[in-house]
Amino acid sequence: MTPDGLGDPGSAVHAGNVAPSPAPPRVLEPGQTYASVTDKISAIALAHRHPRSWMIGFIASSLLLMVFLYASGLLLITGIGLWGNNVPVAWAFDIINFVWWIGIGHAGTLISAVLLLFRQEWRTSINRFAEAMTLFAVACAGLYPILHLGRPWVFYWLMPYPNTFGLWPQFRSPLVWDVFAVSTYATVSFLFWYVGLIPDFAVLRDRARRPFAQIVYGILAMGWRGSAIHWQRYETAYLLLAGLATPLVVSVHTIVGFDFAVSIVPGWHQTLLPPYFVAGAIFSGFAMVMTLAIPLRAVYGLEDFITLRHLDNMAQIMLATGLMVGYGYLMEVFCAWYSGNQFEWYVTINRAFGPYALCYWALIACNIVIPQLIWFRSVRSNVTALFVIALIVNIGMWLERFVIIVISLHRDYLPSAWEMYYPSVWDFAQFLGSIGLFLTLLFLFIRFLPVISIFELRELVHETDGGQRS
Amino acid sequence: MSDPETTSDPDKINATRSRLADLGPHQFWRSLDEAAATPEFEKYLHREFPSQLAVWDDPVGRRSFLKLMAASLALAGVTGCTRSPEEKIVPYVRSPEELIPGQPQFYATAMPRGGYGYGVLAESHQGRPTKIEGNPEHPLSRGGTDAFMQASILSLYDPDRSQTILHRGVIETWEAFVSAMATEMAKQRKQQGRGLRILTGTVTSPTLAAQLADLLQALPQAKWHTFEPSAADSVQAGARLAFGRSVDTVLHFDQARVIVALDCDFLSALPASLQYARDFIDARRVATDSRTMNRLYVAECTPSLTGAMADHRIPLVPSRIETLARHMLQHLKSGTSIDPTQVPEGIPIPWLTAVMEDLLKHRGASLVAVGPGHPAHVQALVHAINQVLGNVGSTVTYIDPVVAAPSSAGSTLRDLVADMAGGNVQALIILQGNPVYNTPGELAFASQLDKVPLRIHLSDYYDETSFFCDWHIPAEHYLESWSDIRAPDGTASIVQPLITPLYDGKSPHIILDVLMGKPGGTAHEIVQGYWKQRLAGEAFPQRWRKALHDGVIENTSSKPIDVKLQSGSDAVPGAVGSRPIDKASFEIDFRFDPTVWDGQYANNGWLQELPKPLTKITWDNVAAISPTMAEQLKVSSGDLLEITVDGRSLQAPVWIMPGQADRCVSLTFGYGRTQAGHIGTGRGYNAYSILPEREGWFHSGTVRKIAGHQILATTQHHHNMEGRDIVRVTTLDMVQHPPETTHQADPAESMYAGFKYEGNAWGMVIDQTACIGCNACVVACQAENNIPVVGKEQVAVGREMHWLRIDRYYHGPLDDPETYFQPMMCVHCEEAPCEVVCPVAATVHDSEGTSNMIYNRCVGTRYCSNNCPYKVRRFNYLQFADETTPSLKLLRNPDVTVRSRGVMEKCSYCIQRISAARIDAKIEHLPLVPEGGVVTACQQACPTRAITFGNLANRESEVRKLKSSPLNYGVLAELKTLPRTTYLARVVNPHPSLPTPGAVDAHRVTTGKVEP
Repeated sequence: MTPDGLGDPGSAVHAGNVAPSPAPPRVLEPGQTYASVTDKISAIALAHRHPRSWMIGFIASSLLLMVFLYASGLLLITGIGLWGNNVPVAWAFDIINFVWWIGIGHAGTLISAVLLLFRQEWRTSINRFAEAMTLFAVACAGLYPILHLGRPWVFYWLMPYPNTFGLWPQFRSPLVWDVFAVSTYATVSFLFWYVGLIPDFAVLRDRARRPFAQIVYGILAMGWRGSAIHWQRYETAYLLLAGLATPLVVSVHTIVGFDFAVSIVPGWHQTLLPPYFVAGAIFSGFAMVMTLAIPLRAVYGLEDFITLRHLDNMAQIMLATGLMVGYGYLMEVFCAWYSGNQFEWYVTINRAFGPYALCYWALIACNIVIPQLIWFRSVRSNVTALFVIALIVNIGMWLERFVIIVISLHRDYLPSAWEMYYPSVWDFAQFLGSIGLFLTLLFLFIRFLPVISIFELRELVHETDGGQRS
Repeated sequence: MSDPETTSDPDKINATRSRLADLGPHQFWRSLDEAAATPEFEKYLHREFPSQLAVWDDPVGRRSFLKLMAASLALAGVTGCTRSPEEKIVPYVRSPEELIPGQPQFYATAMPRGGYGYGVLAESHQGRPTKIEGNPEHPLSRGGTDAFMQASILSLYDPDRSQTILHRGVIETWEAFVSAMATEMAKQRKQQGRGLRILTGTVTSPTLAAQLADLLQALPQAKWHTFEPSAADSVQAGARLAFGRSVDTVLHFDQARVIVALDCDFLSALPASLQYARDFIDARRVATDSRTMNRLYVAECTPSLTGAMADHRIPLVPSRIETLARHMLQHLKSGTSIDPTQVPEGIPIPWLTAVMEDLLKHRGASLVAVGPGHPAHVQALVHAINQVLGNVGSTVTYIDPVVAAPSSAGSTLRDLVADMAGGNVQALIILQGNPVYNTPGELAFASQLDKVPLRIHLSDYYDETSFFCDWHIPAEHYLESWSDIRAPDGTASIVQPLITPLYDGKSPHIILDVLMGKPGGTAHEIVQGYWKQRLAGEAFPQRWRKALHDGVIENTSSKPIDVKLQSGSDAVPGAVGSRPIDKASFEIDFRFDPTVWDGQYANNGWLQELPKPLTKITWDNVAAISPTMAEQLKVSSGDLLEITVDGRSLQAPVWIMPGQADRCVSLTFGYGRTQAGHIGTGRGYNAYSILPEREGWFHSGTVRKIAGHQILATTQHHHNMEGRDIVRVTTLDMVQHPPETTHQADPAESMYAGFKYEGNAWGMVIDQTACIGCNACVVACQAENNIPVVGKEQVAVGREMHWLRIDRYYHGPLDDPETYFQPMMCVHCEEAPCEVVCPVAATVHDSEGTSNMIYNRCVGTRYCSNNCPYKVRRFNYLQFADETTPSLKLLRNPDVTVRSRGVMEKCSYCIQRISAARIDAKIEHLPLVPEGGVVTACQQACPTRAITFGNLANRESEVRKLKSSPLNYGVLAELKTLPRTTYLARVVNPHPSLPTPGAVDAHRVTTGKVEP
């Protein structure tokens, strides 16, 4: 069963490999068979007992989730005065976190759809996992624009729906575009993820022993029997969804970039922002995939499926997008200088030397300087180093949004209105809590769903002769 | 020595609780008191709500506190779930005359402050006063107001006002008080009132003065003492020194071409400042026709509004003012030129040379004024200077004293304290005022008061003095009372009530009637009875009605009198100035706070949250020191200083004040209240506590840095324009001879066709030459538009809600910068950046050019605020509007929505007033709203008419004329926001031989015609 879409795996491997010699790492370690792949991955979901490490992680993330729920509850009762936002800094952690999460949510679609279309079959081991991550990140991101509203209970006014006011949203506002962009992205990401899961749900259904699991997985499998016609339609649908999802990789963060670029705030108002936001999103998305994949493969012994080859490839994409982001920073400074606009120039100077200069230089260190280590093969093959770098990039990308949002806002046109912004304890609670939400969902996913696409791995076994071919 | 800082900081909720308990059994608080007074309850509160206490950072006082208390009491089952009494709503059987539901009525009355009357028109909605405007007929306000007048409406509805008569803390009836008085007075009559003392503030009320005279006639041994913290004895003492008799000085700034203010903040700190500000500014307007303006020289120790308006200002320690005045007089008399070797230290020779040259050139049209805080012989010196310059009769006139003073000698506060100490006082009746708090600390008034057997206090609040008295009688607010009062120029007004007393308050007229043994009368009868004798008998009903209607009584202003300068009066040596300056000590300068004044407004949230004009500090007073002194003391703003005068000391947070004279610390009165109410108690330090009883408001003292830091909530943190084109400044010379080369390019044309405005087109022009930064507009806006108070903690994080703020920028050297004010509110851009980014169309443009907020559509994304280059949008981060306190509900302007939490708001150009005018125009079939049809709240309040608002569609409108002035420009107009509010460049008039202010930039002022 060789789907037409996958073509010749050998050439694809070489195309995706920057340094072909000596002995390129494999996308699948040798010795795997159809059965071993299926056993290994489905066992994680079907195991009776929760592994101890999973319990610890799940409880820890649930506690963080409780923090999120408490902070959100208090927020809804008290109002967003709970946070440190003020005038002029009317957006701060809320929108920083929104953009950060949305950015993280980019890797999933890129890996699943774009790499699928580009026939990079090394994506197979990580795509399911990256898609889930995307979905959860988008869920976290999606909560912020609602929670950050002054009156969150009327958030639906941002959506076009027939109403007794006879009012549409104001379509010139990028925030309305955001609603469309994010909700479309969330929908397509979910569909893509779910459709990809259907054959694996069927595997779990067939292997589950407990009736409850059989019923639940059975419903989720939607009657999948693995017939040839199923597979044929499935492949078509999956490719179509991939085609649909691809433009979204670019569109979502472009539109998030518009939120800023369309405004007239110095430091926001630049055409550079949309492309540089997209590059930054992919950068942070891959960093997050690495941050999560490295511990995951260690804990569940998935080194055979998520190999050094995957990590190497992801690191290279990170390096490439990181350089694009660096170019963005450079052009931002250049444009501010070249424009001769005193407000733009002041913002640039204020970022580098103002009261928040530390954040700016930390950002440069995290996003530009430290990722340069990836040039070294020794670093790329060092799992710990990659983990640390990925973590640093995650922090750097958060700082980038802080620099763009807070530093631009806190000193804009009239010096009389300048004000410092200090986050409150609830800003941090909300942020850490959203990480809790993300991790909780992720732990549930790891526990109850196949973290790696079983059927795609079996294809890979077939194509690589059980990992004997690279 | 009480220490306000340590009592204010630690456990605020605890302090508030005890204050609440101390308030006594007010009706509103009765049930709360019972609960709050027990230690169990306190513990309960701490146990149940510790986190909220931390989170909501309460000490703002009432609002957050109320929330907490209401919640906790409801939980405790104390007052939750009470049934409200059944009420019947019935329509008027007979409609009150002239009352049209929905249409406000205006009544003329007068607000007392410092004993003088400020003529106001009070707006009444169905019987409840909601807004104060200036009375155009009144010589003092002439339609303008100050911040105190605007905020006085809030004091009326203050839930902390005293509500019941208390006898030693227990509620008593009025009848009980009357009978207690009858007993006491019977005793006093037997001894001709020997043990009776009456203490009042400054009295200008003719009726009250007559009543007091009657009482003193009936009881010749009784004594009437007056004490008003803001009335300096040295002013009258100086007049007596100069002229041998008491006179009031009236300054005529409209006649003066050259003005020299010696530590005299005539724009905001004198009783007649409203009038002076108007006259002064009217002689400086050059935007349209006039091409001349006066020139102002100022020497002062701490920057004031007057200093900010000065064409040439020098910082000078207060003790040098005398030296300077003496030097000036000497030169004027001799006519010689300045000898550089003789000029006293600290006075720049070029400045003095220019001053003398200008004064001599403008004999008879110049004016020299000295502040009331300077001793009598300095006052006399200045009288002599004006005499020598021939200003008397033109720019300076003298009138008989307006204040009714006790005729007998020994009626000062010091005499009273001595009598109390000597046990000669059996009964002391304090008619308003708060002497326990605001008398000089040296007198230790409270401890002497304790020796008086019977102490009676009439007061608006159960305050520090009430606490020390046997009887506390709640006083009426001026909007509840009948009285009369005089303005500083002598004009008398009738004070008439707009509402029946909310809390059974009493007027001093009634108290005096009770003392005279004829209770039962009303203040109305007493006041009318007095004027019946004065206003011609036959026509009295008409004249009385006219007096009520106009707000002034005809022909009551004082006529100038001739006084002769006593020879040798200018040679009296001073005790202060001649004293050598001790290098180890500092000069401690005392002033009245620009927002809470002498402390009587300490419980007024609007005034507490009103940024001080120069420091922009809210909710606190500070010790202002110069940057040099801060360097020497190694302190930064907020660090604590211990300031000691004559062995009494206080702790105050430092404020580094650009333009402050070196080695001089400026303190302000009005804070450090211990019994003010929920808003005012425990804020700041009490400067009265270290004030010596000597004359003068500056004394030498020592300053020491101590450990500790206090957070100060300021609304402006950056004071430099950063080279941006925000406030444009030009000189009179440039206005008279416009440079030809300057031209400002218009913003580029848009690709899109502009909106065609048909019908009314609203616009505003703010004249920065006329704006003195007095803050009246800020409070007027707050009152008109139901703007909430947010509290110190929220101001500190940048969430104040004022729609209109006054930006203050400095230019030039730190030690003596130029100061510029710029009122900033929504400029109603035609291409508004805020409107395009709102996702729900909650802020939209209307066909008349205003940018409107639709509160009930706003979801609170705050994107509009981010995208507003002027940052004039304010967001309700929390539920700031107090929707629960019953009395505050009466205060609200019914035409303006009270905004809830999570909603953006901003200046609306007073859209409610526009709507009303539009309806009126429609009824009269007018195509456009006529000129003057809409007056915005800020415009109406402005004492100097710096704000012009009107219809740009009306070719003849004033606003359109001003928009075509070469001085007109739009702030940040280069962003092509097309603001409907534009500004007129500030014009200064420097002396040719002195340096031009550094902010003047010829290239920034347009000279071409600008079409609106």
